[in-house]
Amino acid sequence: MAELSVSVNGELTAAQVDPRTLLSDYLRDHLGLTGTHVGCEHGYCGACTVLVDGASVRSCLTLAVQADGRSVDTVESLASNGELHPIQQAFKECHGLQCGFCTPGLLMSVLELAATNPGCGRDEIREHLSGNVCRCTGYHHIVDAVEAALNSVREQGDGS
Amino acid sequence: MKPPRFAYCAPQTLPELLEILSEAGDEAVVLAGGQSLLPMLNLRLAAPSHVIDLDRVPGLDRIDGANGCVEVGAMVTHRRMETDPVVAASAPLARCAAGFVGYRAIRNRGTVGGSVAHADPAAEWPIVLLALDGAVDLASVRGWRSVAAEDFFESVYTTAKRPDEVVTSLSFGSRFAHSWGFSEFQRRVGDFATVAVAVACVMESGEVAEARVAIAGVADRPVRCPEAEAALVAGSRSAASDAAAAARDSIEPISDIHGSSSFRKRLIYAETQRAALQALRANGAGADDG
Ligand SMILES: Cc1cc2nc3c(=O)[nH]c(=O)nc-3n(C[C@H](O)[C@H](O)[C@H](O)COP(=O)(O)OP(=O)(O)OC[C@H]3O[C@@H](n4cnc5c(N)ncnc54)[C@H](O)[C@@H]3O)c2cc1C
Ligand code: FES
Ligand code: FES
Repeated sequence: MAELSVSVNGELTAAQVDPRTLLSDYLRDHLGLTGTHVGCEHGYCGACTVLVDGASVRSCLTLAVQADGRSVDTVESLASNGELHPIQQAFKECHGLQCGFCTPGLLMSVLELAATNPGCGRDEIREHLSGNVCRCTGYHHIVDAVEAALNSVREQGDGS
Repeated sequence: MKPPRFAYCAPQTLPELLEILSEAGDEAVVLAGGQSLLPMLNLRLAAPSHVIDLDRVPGLDRIDGANGCVEVGAMVTHRRMETDPVVAASAPLARCAAGFVGYRAIRNRGTVGGSVAHADPAAEWPIVLLALDGAVDLASVRGWRSVAAEDFFESVYTTAKRPDEVVTSLSFGSRFAHSWGFSEFQRRVGDFATVAVAVACVMESGEVAEARVAIAGVADRPVRCPEAEAALVAGSRSAASDAAAAARDSIEPISDIHGSSSFRKRLIYAETQRAALQALRANGAGADDG
Protein backbone atom coordinates (compact mmCIF):
# COMPACT_ATOMS: atom_id res chain seq x y z
CA MET A 1 0.00 0.00 0.00
CA ALA A 2 1.10 3.55 -0.64
CA GLU A 3 0.36 6.76 1.24
CA LEU A 4 -1.47 9.36 -0.74
CA SER A 5 -2.42 12.91 0.01
CA VAL A 6 -4.07 14.91 -2.72
CA SER A 7 -6.22 17.97 -2.84
CA VAL A 8 -9.47 17.26 -4.69
CA ASN A 9 -11.71 20.19 -5.59
CA GLY A 10 -9.94 22.25 -2.95
CA GLU A 11 -10.25 19.71 -0.12
CA LEU A 12 -7.33 17.70 1.16
CA THR A 13 -7.89 13.95 0.96
CA ALA A 14 -5.56 11.30 2.36
CA ALA A 15 -5.66 7.54 1.90
CA GLN A 16 -3.72 4.32 1.75
CA VAL A 17 -4.07 2.88 -1.74
CA ASP A 18 -2.80 -0.08 -3.70
CA PRO A 19 -0.24 1.53 -6.05
CA ARG A 20 -2.06 0.14 -9.07
CA THR A 21 -5.17 2.21 -8.25
CA LEU A 22 -6.00 4.52 -11.14
CA LEU A 23 -6.78 8.15 -10.36
CA SER A 24 -10.21 7.62 -11.97
CA ASP A 25 -10.95 4.78 -9.53
CA TYR A 26 -9.62 6.77 -6.59
CA LEU A 27 -12.02 9.59 -7.45
CA ARG A 28 -14.99 7.35 -8.14
CA ASP A 29 -14.61 4.46 -5.69
CA HIS A 30 -12.67 5.96 -2.80
CA LEU A 31 -14.13 9.47 -2.81
CA GLY A 32 -17.53 8.75 -4.37
CA LEU A 33 -17.01 11.45 -6.99
CA THR A 34 -18.75 9.59 -9.79
CA GLY A 35 -19.03 12.63 -12.04
CA THR A 36 -15.76 11.56 -13.66
CA HIS A 37 -16.81 8.92 -16.18
CA VAL A 38 -14.80 5.94 -17.39
CA GLY A 39 -15.21 4.72 -20.95
CA CYS A 40 -12.26 3.09 -22.65
CA GLU A 41 -9.53 3.04 -19.97
CA HIS A 42 -6.81 3.45 -22.53
CA GLY A 43 -6.72 7.14 -23.23
CA TYR A 44 -8.89 7.49 -26.31
CA CYS A 45 -12.40 8.57 -25.30
CA GLY A 46 -11.61 11.46 -22.93
CA ALA A 47 -14.62 10.82 -20.64
CA CYS A 48 -12.29 10.56 -17.63
CA THR A 49 -10.53 13.91 -18.21
CA VAL A 50 -9.82 15.89 -15.02
CA LEU A 51 -7.40 18.73 -14.26
CA VAL A 52 -4.21 18.08 -12.29
CA ASP A 53 -2.52 21.33 -11.24
CA GLY A 54 -4.71 23.06 -13.83
CA ALA A 55 -3.74 20.87 -16.82
CA SER A 56 -6.06 18.31 -18.38
CA VAL A 57 -5.07 14.67 -17.90
CA ARG A 58 -6.64 11.28 -18.49
CA SER A 59 -7.47 10.05 -15.00
CA CYS A 60 -7.56 6.49 -16.42
CA LEU A 61 -3.90 6.86 -17.50
CA THR A 62 -2.74 8.34 -14.21
CA LEU A 63 -1.99 6.32 -11.10
CA ALA A 64 -3.51 7.82 -7.97
CA VAL A 65 0.01 7.87 -6.47
CA GLN A 66 1.13 10.11 -9.35
CA ALA A 67 -1.28 12.75 -8.06
CA ASP A 68 0.28 12.65 -4.59
CA GLY A 69 0.93 16.20 -3.37
CA ARG A 70 -0.96 17.72 -6.30
CA SER A 71 -4.28 19.37 -6.78
CA VAL A 72 -7.06 17.70 -8.77
CA ASP A 73 -10.23 19.33 -10.11
CA THR A 74 -13.19 17.26 -11.27
CA VAL A 75 -16.51 18.16 -12.83
CA GLU A 76 -17.96 18.39 -9.30
CA SER A 77 -15.92 21.57 -8.80
CA LEU A 78 -17.81 23.50 -11.47
CA ALA A 79 -21.25 24.31 -10.11
CA SER A 80 -21.44 26.27 -6.89
CA ASN A 81 -24.39 27.01 -4.61
CA GLY A 82 -26.76 25.34 -7.04
CA GLU A 83 -25.63 27.64 -9.87
CA LEU A 84 -24.23 26.08 -13.02
CA HIS A 85 -20.77 27.17 -14.15
CA PRO A 86 -20.97 29.37 -17.30
CA ILE A 87 -19.51 26.48 -19.33
CA GLN A 88 -22.21 24.12 -18.03
CA GLN A 89 -24.86 26.74 -18.67
CA ALA A 90 -23.69 27.09 -22.28
CA PHE A 91 -23.79 23.31 -22.81
CA LYS A 92 -27.34 23.29 -21.43
CA GLU A 93 -28.51 26.19 -23.59
CA CYS A 94 -26.85 25.02 -26.81
CA HIS A 95 -27.85 21.35 -26.46
CA GLY A 96 -24.20 20.38 -26.09
CA LEU A 97 -25.19 17.07 -24.55
CA GLN A 98 -27.68 14.25 -24.92
CA CYS A 99 -26.89 11.21 -22.79
CA GLY A 100 -24.19 13.14 -20.94
CA PHE A 101 -21.62 10.37 -20.76
CA CYS A 102 -18.90 12.38 -22.47
CA THR A 103 -19.87 15.67 -20.85
CA PRO A 104 -17.75 15.69 -17.65
CA GLY A 105 -14.57 15.12 -19.66
CA LEU A 106 -15.58 17.73 -22.22
CA LEU A 107 -16.36 20.32 -19.56
CA MET A 108 -12.96 19.85 -17.94
CA SER A 109 -11.19 20.09 -21.32
CA VAL A 110 -13.11 23.29 -22.05
CA LEU A 111 -12.22 24.67 -18.61
CA GLU A 112 -8.54 24.28 -19.58
CA LEU A 113 -9.20 25.92 -22.96
CA ALA A 114 -10.97 28.86 -21.28
CA ALA A 115 -7.95 29.33 -19.01
CA THR A 116 -5.26 29.03 -21.68
CA ASN A 117 -6.78 30.20 -24.99
CA PRO A 118 -10.17 31.88 -24.42
CA GLY A 119 -9.90 33.87 -27.67
CA CYS A 120 -9.80 30.82 -29.95
CA GLY A 121 -12.15 30.15 -32.87
CA ARG A 122 -14.15 27.11 -33.99
CA ASP A 123 -11.23 25.32 -35.65
CA GLU A 124 -9.08 25.56 -32.56
CA ILE A 125 -12.04 24.48 -30.42
CA ARG A 126 -12.43 21.36 -32.57
CA GLU A 127 -8.72 20.68 -32.39
CA HIS A 128 -8.62 21.09 -28.63
CA LEU A 129 -11.54 18.69 -28.22
CA SER A 130 -10.34 16.09 -30.74
CA GLY A 131 -9.52 13.75 -27.85
CA ASN A 132 -13.08 13.84 -26.45
CA VAL A 133 -15.39 11.37 -28.16
CA CYS A 134 -19.15 11.95 -28.16
CA ARG A 135 -21.44 9.30 -29.60
CA CYS A 136 -24.65 11.35 -29.41
CA THR A 137 -24.45 14.95 -30.50
CA GLY A 138 -22.50 14.95 -33.75
CA TYR A 139 -20.29 17.66 -32.18
CA HIS A 140 -21.88 20.73 -33.83
CA HIS A 141 -23.84 21.66 -30.72
CA ILE A 142 -20.78 21.03 -28.58
CA VAL A 143 -18.72 23.48 -30.63
CA ASP A 144 -21.62 25.98 -30.43
CA ALA A 145 -21.69 25.52 -26.67
CA VAL A 146 -17.95 26.02 -26.33
CA GLU A 147 -18.06 29.16 -28.48
CA ALA A 148 -20.84 30.53 -26.27
CA ALA A 149 -18.98 29.48 -23.13
CA LEU A 150 -15.76 31.18 -24.21
CA ASN A 151 -17.75 34.32 -25.04
CA SER A 152 -19.25 34.46 -21.56
CA VAL A 153 -15.87 33.68 -19.96
CA ARG A 154 -14.33 36.55 -21.97
CA GLU A 155 -17.14 38.90 -20.99
CA GLN A 156 -16.63 38.04 -17.34
CA GLY A 157 -12.90 38.63 -17.80
CA ASP A 158 -13.54 42.06 -19.36
CA GLY A 159 -15.93 42.98 -16.56
CA SER A 160 -13.44 42.38 -13.77
CA MET B 1 -9.48 -3.36 -17.34
CA LYS B 2 -7.23 -2.49 -14.43
CA PRO B 3 -3.46 -2.80 -14.02
CA PRO B 4 -2.07 -6.03 -12.53
CA ARG B 5 -0.32 -5.85 -9.13
CA PHE B 6 3.17 -4.39 -8.97
CA ALA B 7 5.53 -2.94 -6.40
CA TYR B 8 5.88 0.84 -6.69
CA CYS B 9 8.71 3.13 -5.69
CA ALA B 10 9.60 6.75 -6.35
CA PRO B 11 13.37 7.29 -5.90
CA GLN B 12 14.44 10.80 -4.90
CA THR B 13 17.85 10.98 -6.63
CA LEU B 14 19.43 9.74 -9.85
CA PRO B 15 22.00 7.47 -8.08
CA GLU B 16 19.18 5.92 -6.05
CA LEU B 17 17.17 5.35 -9.25
CA LEU B 18 20.13 3.73 -11.04
CA GLU B 19 20.84 1.49 -8.05
CA ILE B 20 17.21 0.30 -7.96
CA LEU B 21 17.22 -0.30 -11.72
CA SER B 22 20.40 -2.36 -11.58
CA GLU B 23 18.99 -4.55 -8.82
CA ALA B 24 15.40 -4.83 -10.04
CA GLY B 25 16.18 -6.89 -13.14
CA ASP B 26 14.34 -7.24 -16.44
CA GLU B 27 10.85 -7.34 -14.94
CA ALA B 28 11.00 -3.75 -13.68
CA VAL B 29 9.89 -0.73 -15.72
CA VAL B 30 10.27 2.97 -15.17
CA LEU B 31 7.22 5.21 -15.23
CA ALA B 32 7.46 8.62 -16.91
CA GLY B 33 4.21 10.21 -18.11
CA GLY B 34 2.44 6.86 -18.19
CA GLN B 35 0.71 7.63 -21.50
CA SER B 36 2.01 4.45 -23.11
CA LEU B 37 2.73 2.36 -20.01
CA LEU B 38 -0.69 2.82 -18.38
CA PRO B 39 -2.63 1.68 -21.47
CA MET B 40 -0.37 -1.39 -21.57
CA LEU B 41 -0.99 -2.04 -17.87
CA ASN B 42 -4.74 -1.48 -18.19
CA LEU B 43 -4.91 -3.84 -21.16
CA ARG B 44 -2.60 -6.24 -19.29
CA LEU B 45 -0.11 -6.25 -22.13
CA ALA B 46 2.53 -5.53 -19.49
CA ALA B 47 2.91 -7.12 -16.05
CA PRO B 48 6.04 -5.61 -14.49
CA SER B 49 7.28 -6.71 -11.06
CA HIS B 50 8.25 -3.13 -10.15
CA VAL B 51 7.14 0.27 -11.41
CA ILE B 52 9.81 2.87 -10.70
CA ASP B 53 8.42 6.41 -10.90
CA LEU B 54 10.83 9.00 -12.37
CA ASP B 55 8.72 11.96 -11.22
CA ARG B 56 10.70 12.72 -8.04
CA VAL B 57 14.15 12.41 -9.57
CA PRO B 58 15.50 15.96 -9.86
CA GLY B 59 17.18 17.29 -13.00
CA LEU B 60 15.29 15.23 -15.58
CA ASP B 61 13.03 18.08 -16.70
CA ARG B 62 15.60 20.70 -17.76
CA ILE B 63 15.71 22.35 -21.16
CA ASP B 64 19.19 23.73 -21.90
CA GLY B 65 20.16 25.63 -25.00
CA ALA B 66 23.82 26.45 -25.74
CA ASN B 67 25.56 27.19 -29.07
CA GLY B 68 22.30 26.56 -30.88
CA CYS B 69 22.09 22.96 -29.57
CA VAL B 70 19.27 21.96 -27.27
CA GLU B 71 19.39 19.34 -24.55
CA VAL B 72 15.98 18.28 -23.35
CA GLY B 73 15.54 16.28 -20.15
CA ALA B 74 13.74 12.95 -20.53
CA MET B 75 10.83 14.09 -18.31
CA VAL B 76 10.02 17.18 -20.37
CA THR B 77 6.43 16.83 -21.58
CA HIS B 78 5.25 17.10 -25.17
CA ARG B 79 3.28 20.17 -24.11
CA ARG B 80 6.37 21.94 -22.79
CA MET B 81 8.13 21.24 -26.10
CA GLU B 82 5.20 22.95 -27.81
CA THR B 83 5.45 26.09 -25.67
CA ASP B 84 9.09 26.48 -24.54
CA PRO B 85 10.88 29.54 -26.03
CA VAL B 86 14.33 27.87 -26.11
CA VAL B 87 12.93 24.98 -28.14
CA ALA B 88 11.07 27.38 -30.45
CA ALA B 89 14.29 29.33 -31.11
CA SER B 90 16.82 26.50 -31.39
CA ALA B 91 14.80 23.50 -32.57
CA PRO B 92 11.68 24.86 -34.30
CA LEU B 93 11.12 21.47 -35.97
CA ALA B 94 10.72 19.95 -32.51
CA ARG B 95 8.23 22.62 -31.49
CA CYS B 96 6.18 21.99 -34.61
CA ALA B 97 6.21 18.19 -34.24
CA ALA B 98 5.19 18.40 -30.56
CA GLY B 99 1.78 19.74 -31.57
CA PHE B 100 1.09 16.52 -33.52
CA VAL B 101 1.61 14.20 -30.54
CA GLY B 102 -1.73 12.92 -29.23
CA TYR B 103 -4.39 15.15 -27.70
CA ARG B 104 -3.82 17.98 -25.27
CA ALA B 105 -4.36 15.77 -22.20
CA ILE B 106 -1.82 13.27 -23.56
CA ARG B 107 0.69 16.04 -24.31
CA ASN B 108 0.26 17.46 -20.81
CA ARG B 109 1.61 14.24 -19.30
CA GLY B 110 3.55 12.27 -21.92
CA THR B 111 7.30 12.87 -22.09
CA VAL B 112 9.96 12.96 -24.79
CA GLY B 113 12.09 10.38 -22.96
CA GLY B 114 9.12 8.06 -22.65
CA SER B 115 8.36 8.38 -26.34
CA VAL B 116 11.85 7.44 -27.52
CA ALA B 117 12.17 4.66 -24.94
CA HIS B 118 8.80 3.28 -26.01
CA ALA B 119 9.86 3.54 -29.70
CA ASP B 120 6.50 3.34 -31.41
CA PRO B 121 7.33 3.26 -35.15
CA ALA B 122 4.64 5.88 -35.84
CA ALA B 123 5.79 8.33 -33.15
CA GLU B 124 6.98 11.86 -33.92
CA TRP B 125 10.00 12.26 -31.61
CA PRO B 126 12.13 9.54 -33.19
CA ILE B 127 11.94 11.14 -36.66
CA VAL B 128 12.64 14.59 -35.23
CA LEU B 129 15.77 13.17 -33.59
CA LEU B 130 16.81 11.46 -36.83
CA ALA B 131 16.24 14.60 -38.90
CA LEU B 132 18.23 16.82 -36.53
CA ASP B 133 21.13 14.36 -36.13
CA GLY B 134 20.18 14.04 -32.48
CA ALA B 135 21.23 11.61 -29.79
CA VAL B 136 19.74 9.82 -26.79
CA ASP B 137 21.66 10.13 -23.52
CA LEU B 138 21.53 7.13 -21.19
CA ALA B 139 22.66 6.49 -17.62
CA SER B 140 23.13 3.36 -15.54
CA VAL B 141 25.28 2.31 -12.59
CA ARG B 142 27.87 1.43 -15.22
CA GLY B 143 28.13 5.06 -16.35
CA TRP B 144 26.85 7.40 -19.05
CA ARG B 145 26.68 7.01 -22.80
CA SER B 146 25.16 8.81 -25.71
CA VAL B 147 23.68 6.87 -28.63
CA ALA B 148 23.12 8.54 -32.00
CA ALA B 149 19.46 8.48 -33.05
CA GLU B 150 20.55 6.51 -36.10
CA ASP B 151 21.68 3.60 -33.86
CA PHE B 152 19.03 3.87 -31.15
CA PHE B 153 15.83 2.62 -32.78
CA GLU B 154 16.07 -1.10 -33.54
CA SER B 155 12.56 -2.40 -34.10
CA VAL B 156 8.96 -2.09 -32.85
CA TYR B 157 9.16 -0.99 -29.18
CA THR B 158 12.83 -2.05 -29.20
CA THR B 159 15.85 0.23 -28.78
CA ALA B 160 19.56 0.10 -27.93
CA LYS B 161 18.65 0.97 -24.32
CA ARG B 162 19.57 -1.83 -21.91
CA PRO B 163 17.15 -2.81 -19.13
CA ASP B 164 19.27 -1.20 -16.39
CA GLU B 165 19.57 2.08 -18.30
CA VAL B 166 17.41 5.15 -18.08
CA VAL B 167 17.05 7.84 -20.74
CA THR B 168 18.22 11.08 -19.11
CA SER B 169 17.96 13.48 -22.03
CA LEU B 170 17.71 13.98 -25.77
CA SER B 171 20.19 16.21 -27.60
CA PHE B 172 19.18 18.04 -30.74
CA GLY B 173 22.12 19.27 -32.84
CA SER B 174 22.23 22.75 -34.38
CA ARG B 175 23.48 22.07 -37.95
CA PHE B 176 20.11 20.97 -39.29
CA ALA B 177 18.00 23.19 -37.08
CA HIS B 178 17.02 26.06 -39.33
CA SER B 179 15.82 24.66 -42.66
CA TRP B 180 13.15 22.20 -41.76
CA GLY B 181 9.74 20.90 -42.69
CA PHE B 182 7.25 18.56 -41.06
CA SER B 183 4.09 17.00 -42.42
CA GLU B 184 1.92 14.12 -41.31
CA PHE B 185 -1.32 12.38 -42.17
CA GLN B 186 -3.50 11.52 -39.19
CA ARG B 187 -7.04 10.20 -39.39
CA ARG B 188 -8.19 12.57 -36.67
CA VAL B 189 -6.27 15.46 -35.09
CA GLY B 190 -4.09 13.92 -32.37
CA ASP B 191 -4.22 10.33 -33.56
CA PHE B 192 -0.98 8.50 -34.23
CA ALA B 193 0.40 9.33 -37.68
CA THR B 194 -0.37 6.98 -40.55
CA VAL B 195 2.73 8.48 -42.18
CA ALA B 196 4.81 11.38 -40.85
CA VAL B 197 7.84 12.98 -42.49
CA ALA B 198 10.49 15.30 -41.05
CA VAL B 199 12.93 17.04 -43.40
CA ALA B 200 15.95 19.09 -42.37
CA CYS B 201 18.69 20.63 -44.49
CA VAL B 202 22.06 22.27 -44.04
CA MET B 203 22.16 25.22 -46.45
CA GLU B 204 25.35 26.68 -47.92
CA SER B 205 25.03 29.81 -50.06
CA GLY B 206 21.43 29.08 -50.88
CA GLU B 207 22.05 25.44 -51.88
CA VAL B 208 21.22 22.27 -49.97
CA ALA B 209 24.60 20.94 -48.78
CA GLU B 210 23.21 18.09 -46.69
CA ALA B 211 19.71 16.79 -46.11
CA ARG B 212 17.85 14.47 -43.76
CA VAL B 213 14.51 12.88 -44.60
CA ALA B 214 13.10 10.80 -41.73
CA ILE B 215 9.82 8.92 -42.01
CA ALA B 216 7.52 7.37 -39.38
CA GLY B 217 4.70 4.88 -39.84
CA VAL B 218 6.17 2.92 -42.74
CA ALA B 219 8.37 0.23 -41.16
CA ASP B 220 9.09 -1.49 -37.84
CA ARG B 221 11.07 1.60 -36.84
CA PRO B 222 11.56 5.19 -37.94
CA VAL B 223 13.66 5.25 -41.12
CA ARG B 224 15.83 7.71 -43.00
CA CYS B 225 15.57 7.76 -46.75
CA PRO B 226 19.00 8.32 -48.35
CA GLU B 227 17.48 8.38 -51.88
CA ALA B 228 15.22 11.31 -50.97
CA GLU B 229 18.10 13.06 -49.20
CA ALA B 230 20.23 12.75 -52.34
CA ALA B 231 17.43 14.24 -54.44
CA LEU B 232 17.31 17.29 -52.17
CA VAL B 233 21.08 17.74 -52.39
CA ALA B 234 20.96 17.34 -56.20
CA GLY B 235 18.82 20.46 -56.02
CA SER B 236 16.88 20.43 -59.30
CA ARG B 237 14.06 22.96 -59.67
CA SER B 238 11.66 20.16 -58.75
CA ALA B 239 13.77 18.89 -55.82
CA ALA B 240 10.81 18.44 -53.46
CA SER B 241 8.90 16.30 -55.97
CA ASP B 242 12.08 14.38 -56.84
CA ALA B 243 12.62 13.65 -53.15
CA ALA B 244 8.98 12.61 -52.74
CA ALA B 245 9.19 10.24 -55.72
CA ALA B 246 12.50 8.81 -54.47
CA ALA B 247 11.00 8.14 -51.05
CA ARG B 248 7.89 6.55 -52.51
CA ASP B 249 9.89 4.33 -54.89
CA SER B 250 12.57 3.21 -52.42
CA ILE B 251 10.37 2.35 -49.41
CA GLU B 252 8.14 -0.73 -49.22
CA PRO B 253 5.76 0.38 -46.46
CA ILE B 254 3.88 -1.86 -44.06
CA SER B 255 0.15 -2.59 -44.35
CA ASP B 256 -2.15 -2.50 -41.33
CA ILE B 257 -5.69 -1.53 -40.37
CA HIS B 258 -4.80 2.15 -40.69
CA GLY B 259 -3.63 1.89 -44.29
CA SER B 260 -2.51 -0.51 -46.98
CA SER B 261 1.01 -0.46 -48.34
CA SER B 262 -0.09 1.23 -51.57
CA PHE B 263 -2.05 3.91 -49.67
CA ARG B 264 1.02 4.55 -47.53
CA LYS B 265 3.15 4.92 -50.68
CA ARG B 266 0.86 7.76 -51.78
CA LEU B 267 1.10 9.29 -48.32
CA ILE B 268 4.90 9.01 -48.38
CA TYR B 269 4.89 11.00 -51.62
CA ALA B 270 2.47 13.66 -50.39
CA GLU B 271 3.96 14.18 -46.94
CA THR B 272 7.58 14.12 -48.15
CA GLN B 273 6.76 16.68 -50.84
CA ARG B 274 5.03 18.97 -48.34
CA ALA B 275 7.77 18.71 -45.73
CA ALA B 276 10.51 19.22 -48.34
CA LEU B 277 8.78 22.26 -49.84
CA GLN B 278 8.47 23.76 -46.38
CA ALA B 279 12.17 23.14 -45.69
CA LEU B 280 13.27 24.61 -49.03
CA ARG B 281 10.91 27.59 -48.90
CA ALA B 282 12.35 28.59 -45.57
CA ASN B 283 15.45 29.45 -47.62
CA GLY B 284 13.90 30.57 -50.86
CA ALA B 285 15.38 27.59 -52.72
CA GLY B 286 13.41 25.20 -54.92
CA ALA B 287 10.25 27.25 -54.56
CA ASP B 288 8.93 26.52 -58.06
CA ASP B 289 7.93 23.07 -57.09
CA GLY B 290 4.64 21.52 -56.12
C1 LIG C 1 -4.66 8.32 -26.84
C2 LIG C 1 -3.20 8.42 -27.08
C3 LIG C 1 -2.72 9.01 -28.26
C4 LIG C 1 -1.36 9.09 -28.48
N1 LIG C 1 -0.92 9.67 -29.64
C5 LIG C 1 0.40 9.75 -29.89
C6 LIG C 1 0.89 10.33 -31.10
O1 LIG C 1 0.13 10.79 -31.95
N2 LIG C 1 2.24 10.36 -31.29
C7 LIG C 1 3.12 9.87 -30.35
O2 LIG C 1 4.32 9.93 -30.57
N3 LIG C 1 2.69 9.34 -29.20
C8 LIG C 1 1.35 9.27 -28.95
N4 LIG C 1 0.93 8.70 -27.77
C9 LIG C 1 1.94 8.17 -26.82
C10 LIG C 1 2.49 9.28 -25.96
O3 LIG C 1 3.27 10.16 -26.74
C11 LIG C 1 3.35 8.79 -24.80
O4 LIG C 1 3.49 9.91 -23.98
C12 LIG C 1 4.75 8.33 -25.10
O5 LIG C 1 4.78 7.36 -26.11
C13 LIG C 1 5.37 7.71 -23.86
O6 LIG C 1 5.80 8.69 -22.98
P1 LIG C 1 5.42 8.62 -21.44
O7 LIG C 1 6.20 9.69 -20.78
O8 LIG C 1 3.97 8.67 -21.30
O9 LIG C 1 6.06 7.21 -21.04
P2 LIG C 1 5.49 6.00 -20.17
O10 LIG C 1 4.16 5.59 -20.66
O11 LIG C 1 5.62 6.33 -18.75
O12 LIG C 1 6.58 4.91 -20.55
C14 LIG C 1 6.58 4.27 -21.82
C15 LIG C 1 7.72 3.24 -21.87
O13 LIG C 1 8.98 3.89 -21.88
C16 LIG C 1 9.75 3.55 -20.72
N5 LIG C 1 10.37 4.81 -20.27
C17 LIG C 1 9.72 5.98 -20.05
N6 LIG C 1 10.60 6.95 -19.72
C18 LIG C 1 11.83 6.37 -19.73
C19 LIG C 1 13.14 6.87 -19.46
N7 LIG C 1 13.36 8.14 -19.15
N8 LIG C 1 14.17 5.99 -19.53
C20 LIG C 1 13.94 4.71 -19.87
N9 LIG C 1 12.74 4.18 -20.15
C21 LIG C 1 11.68 5.01 -20.06
C22 LIG C 1 8.77 2.97 -19.74
O14 LIG C 1 9.39 2.03 -18.89
C23 LIG C 1 7.75 2.32 -20.65
O15 LIG C 1 8.21 1.08 -21.07
C24 LIG C 1 -0.43 8.61 -27.52
C25 LIG C 1 -0.90 8.02 -26.35
C26 LIG C 1 -2.27 7.93 -26.11
C27 LIG C 1 -2.76 7.30 -24.86
S1 FES D 1 -11.69 6.34 -19.89
FE1 FES D 1 -9.92 7.55 -19.87
S2 FES D 1 -9.77 8.17 -21.91
FE2 FES D 1 -11.41 6.77 -22.01
S1 FES E 1 -23.80 13.19 -25.08
FE1 FES E 1 -23.83 11.06 -25.23
S2 FES E 1 -21.75 10.60 -25.61
FE2 FES E 1 -21.78 12.74 -25.75
